[in-house]
Amino acid sequence: MAVTKKNRRYGMIVDVDLCTGCGACMVACAAENNVAPAPEKATDRTGITPMRVYPVHNGAPADKRQTAFLPLLCMHCSEPPCESVCPQQAVELDEATGIVTQMPQRCLGCRYCMTACPYHARYFNWWDPQWPVGMEATLNPTVAPRMRGVVEKCNLCASRLHAAEDQATADGQPPPATYVSACVEACPTGAMVLGDLDDPTTEAQKLAHAEGTFQLLAKLGTGPKVHYHSSRPWVRSLAERSAKEQANA
Amino acid sequence: MPSFDDRNMIPRGLERCSPRGFALRIAPWLLLFAFGAYSIYLCLRYGLNQTNMDNRFAFGLWIFLDLTVIALGAGAFFTGFLLYLMKWKALKSVINSAVIIGFVCYSGAMVALAVDVGQPARAWFTFWHPNVHSMLTEVTFCITCYLTVLAVEYIPILLKHRKLKQIPSFLVFEFELHRIIPVLAAVGTLLSFFHQGSLGGLYGVLRGRPFAYREGFAIWPSTFFLFILSAIAAGPSFILLTTKLAEKLSNKPLVRGGVYEMLGKTSGVLLTVYVALKSVDTLIWLNRTSPAAGFTPWEFYTFKPFGTWILFTEIVLLGMIPALLLLSARLRAKPVVLTCAAILACCGVALNRFVLTIQTLALPTLPFDEFLSYFPSWQEFGVFAAVLAYGVLVYAFSFRYLPLFPDEKQLTAPVEVEELEYVSRN
Repeated sequence: MAVTKKNRRYGMIVDVDLCTGCGACMVACAAENNVAPAPEKATDRTGITPMRVYPVHNGAPADKRQTAFLPLLCMHCSEPPCESVCPQQAVELDEATGIVTQMPQRCLGCRYCMTACPYHARYFNWWDPQWPVGMEATLNPTVAPRMRGVVEKCNLCASRLHAAEDQATADGQPPPATYVSACVEACPTGAMVLGDLDDPTTEAQKLAHAEGTFQLLAKLGTGPKVHYHSSRPWVRSLAERSAKEQANA
Repeated sequence: MPSFDDRNMIPRGLERCSPRGFALRIAPWLLLFAFGAYSIYLCLRYGLNQTNMDNRFAFGLWIFLDLTVIALGAGAFFTGFLLYLMKWKALKSVINSAVIIGFVCYSGAMVALAVDVGQPARAWFTFWHPNVHSMLTEVTFCITCYLTVLAVEYIPILLKHRKLKQIPSFLVFEFELHRIIPVLAAVGTLLSFFHQGSLGGLYGVLRGRPFAYREGFAIWPSTFFLFILSAIAAGPSFILLTTKLAEKLSNKPLVRGGVYEMLGKTSGVLLTVYVALKSVDTLIWLNRTSPAAGFTPWEFYTFKPFGTWILFTEIVLLGMIPALLLLSARLRAKPVVLTCAAILACCGVALNRFVLTIQTLALPTLPFDEFLSYFPSWQEFGVFAAVLAYGVLVYAFSFRYLPLFPDEKQLTAPVEVEELEYVSRN
């Protein structure tokens, strides 16, 4: 059977109402992508967290306060601000999958892409990656560790996608419309859904157009492919919060 | 013990302090350079974890200083442009000094950049895999080429050294180089135009940073043109200041009086144009660019300490005021006013670069993120100290052993001789 290949546009929908902020996605992401344990001197501003859960609240007094959690990852923008600024084409928007890829082996470490990304979804390797003795055995052989001095980010577990594509090819099937990334797999509440946003058969496509779905900083024209969903109005309005409200929060 | 005597190395007819005096004067700078070199070693050996930069503050002190130093170094290409292409002959008295200042500023900035990137050994990748859409590619190409031009422009000055002049082939080489200097000046002007601009474009194109993003003309945001203008406005002021400082430290006149006023006036006119266009640009950003992207621009100034005072300081105190002081022939005739206005103009450019780099990064973009502050580590200050000390040392050695100021000989000669020469010329 001929395998038809069409461009896909992988994206993710995160149901904020289901997220408990447990952080399993962060741990799974680090383990899957061979992120080395943070050195002692690392802070929350120098560590590597391609998936990072932000706690947010509605700003009400303690007795009426509500909290929500927003897992933040690379938005895999349709118009990625990081791609055009990289001086040596180490960032690429893959037209076949819609995934914004980072090539650490070509990265100069100038960090211009980090200043360009409004989502702060890019991380610099401030230290040499080091694993405690014995822990090397837990490394994922399908993902290359990154060296000191280069930028890295979420690539939507591209190695898992490649494995799924290989399997589909072996089975004589077209490339898959869905696959499971490490964070999606680890989420205990099923708050995250990954899939081709252009394929009407995927749950991701349906959720992306559901009521209560929103994007972060969509007004910047970046075209983020990670969507958030919440039935709570204050969570949705958070995405539109003005700088003044933010400064006073 | 025989004492070191370098009198036969000092240009004929010029007075310089004793070798011991010179050694004492440069000793602190050598120490500072050694401290800086150690900081550079630490950063290269152990990586950028030696700095206080982080994933949010991905650019810090170094980028701010690079932008400032390169803007101030613009005096080199602009003086060359005015002298060789516009034929402002009076500037011949500062051109050598300007070239060295430019060389020091650019090479120093390149050193800081080499330390600033995570993988300096991959610097050549930009030439091999250039992304033509990136402003940083344009910056890399233009600055590398222009530093080469500056180095070539430095050679004739070096060949004027008393000992080197004794080698006939060097004399021929210097003569030949002099013939192409106007071509180098033109090439330097073109390259500088683009890299000063692309340094401005670096921030202006950032759609994800609504505080820095600007509309513009074709592919160039307005900051592209504002950076060129502000650099050529501050450049002559910086040449004026460094020459005055050299006069003060060597305790002798180095250039004829009219040159300072010419530099001051040039700065004044360009600064006026710059302040006017910067004001228009700010108004467009406040009323159109920022609201169109869904932001209320004044709210960016609610994050303390960067209130609206910083905008006022940049445009009025360090822009409009020095521009007016330098424009007035009566005021700029007063050396104190001239010097103060030049200092204000240079500070204004530095503040502009600070706002674009540091304030832009400090402001949060995500609606649930917070304002961040950052203070450089001692290693970051150390690298800056190395660049500063390197600049002072190169300039000090050049001043001592090379004829930097063509008028110095006449100005410092006994009065009778100068008068005789004046009479014989006229």
